[in-house]
Amino acid sequence: MITINALNDVFPILIQGIKITVSVLLASIVLGYLTAFVAGFCRLSKNVILRKITGFYVEVFRGTSLIVQLFWLYYAFPILFGIEVGSNFWAGVLAISLNYGAYMSEIVRGSILSVAKGQTEAATALNMSRFQRMRLVVFPQAVRMMLPEFGNYLILMLKSTSLVSLIGMTDILYYGDILRSSNLSQAPMVYLLVLIFYFILALPLIWLTRKLEGFSKKGVASQ
Amino acid sequence: MNSWSWEVFFDAFPAVLEGLGITISLTIACYLFALVFGFGWTFIRRIPIKPIRWLIIWVMEFIRSTPPLVQLFFIFYAWPMVPVIGVALDPFTSAVLGLGIHYSTYIGEVYRSGIENVDSGQWEASTALNFSNRQKWTKIILPQAIPPTIPMLGNYLIIMFKEVPLASTIGVLGILSMANDYGAQYWRYLEPLTIVAILFLILSYPSAILINRLEKKMNRRFDKKTVLGRMNKGKGAVM
Repeated sequence: MITINALNDVFPILIQGIKITVSVLLASIVLGYLTAFVAGFCRLSKNVILRKITGFYVEVFRGTSLIVQLFWLYYAFPILFGIEVGSNFWAGVLAISLNYGAYMSEIVRGSILSVAKGQTEAATALNMSRFQRMRLVVFPQAVRMMLPEFGNYLILMLKSTSLVSLIGMTDILYYGDILRSSNLSQAPMVYLLVLIFYFILALPLIWLTRKLEGFSKKGVASQ
Repeated sequence: MNSWSWEVFFDAFPAVLEGLGITISLTIACYLFALVFGFGWTFIRRIPIKPIRWLIIWVMEFIRSTPPLVQLFFIFYAWPMVPVIGVALDPFTSAVLGLGIHYSTYIGEVYRSGIENVDSGQWEASTALNFSNRQKWTKIILPQAIPPTIPMLGNYLIIMFKEVPLASTIGVLGILSMANDYGAQYWRYLEPLTIVAILFLILSYPSAILINRLEKKMNRRFDKKTVLGRMNKGKGAVM
């Protein structure tokens, strides 16, 4: 009985945080994929300088950890350049999307490079321009190779949204921490509930990932 | 106060560096834990009773798709409050358990993919040769399943190294905590946090290159075509 009463107290408080978690997640997904495509294409560009700069960005963001990037963007970046990132919301979203954008740009690059050479040659033989070749022939085939990995990154991004509570955003974990500090004996239930909330948010993403895997295998001859 | 100062940089450097030992030993401890625990997952999900297998698959999915940060908090703050089985753990042990269990589910999948890639003929042959179950695993299957997964396991070591600063949130005094402490003390976050980023970069980038090279080497060695080619060449020499 006690646990059910406590559940009634805890549940409505935690649910307030869902809005922030979901909005951080959605903004990071949009910006993250955008970064991935832009950086992925830049690394394949003919321009050496562009290639080197994006290469540097990708290596820096893949080589350091997300939590360090988040703190750096939130605490250090405004001091160094005298610009505020805007708010902790944008610091969080930028850190997550730049980090995962760097990882996913490698997927974009790898998939485009692994489209069979003959496809490009055939498109050239049909007198297509470089842009047409990419848009009509190579890219559509590359996208289906990217899909399963992209799905996995959705779940990774959801998990990383929990970090924004560390820079003072009021997400699910933030409310969980508040409840824990007000009543330590409730901690097991609070954190279990937080975990279940995240899992419920992850379920559609897991389902989507499986769908994408199935989709990308459909109609492709195995080699 | 507002811009980059080399003086602060050199002042903060030794302070941050003090945490490096903890960060590296935590990485190794978590990794070893995950390597061992991963085996546990791989074997219990082979239990031939359907409901149990389902339960284990879902537990793995649950651990994998919820944030490691929350799991750390659960183990550090909530575990001592759990009646009967709860024990209070120090931050380091909590971090080893939390991150170790989280990544063991990933590493379990790596082992599984290695085992599934072993040719089914190997199982049949070992049965035909009357090997016991134990011999089958230790003499035939695992020696073939594990080596090809080494580059992937190496990748997870680097990933883990980058996840370890999460433990600063429960008070493990790694490089990130040291930088935060320095920042709080002198109100300068820019230099110490930059030092942390640089340390991560110079440690993880060369290891990533090393793993990459290892992967290429391994691929050449375990690629089915080259292996078959080598075997055929051997045969030709004998005949």
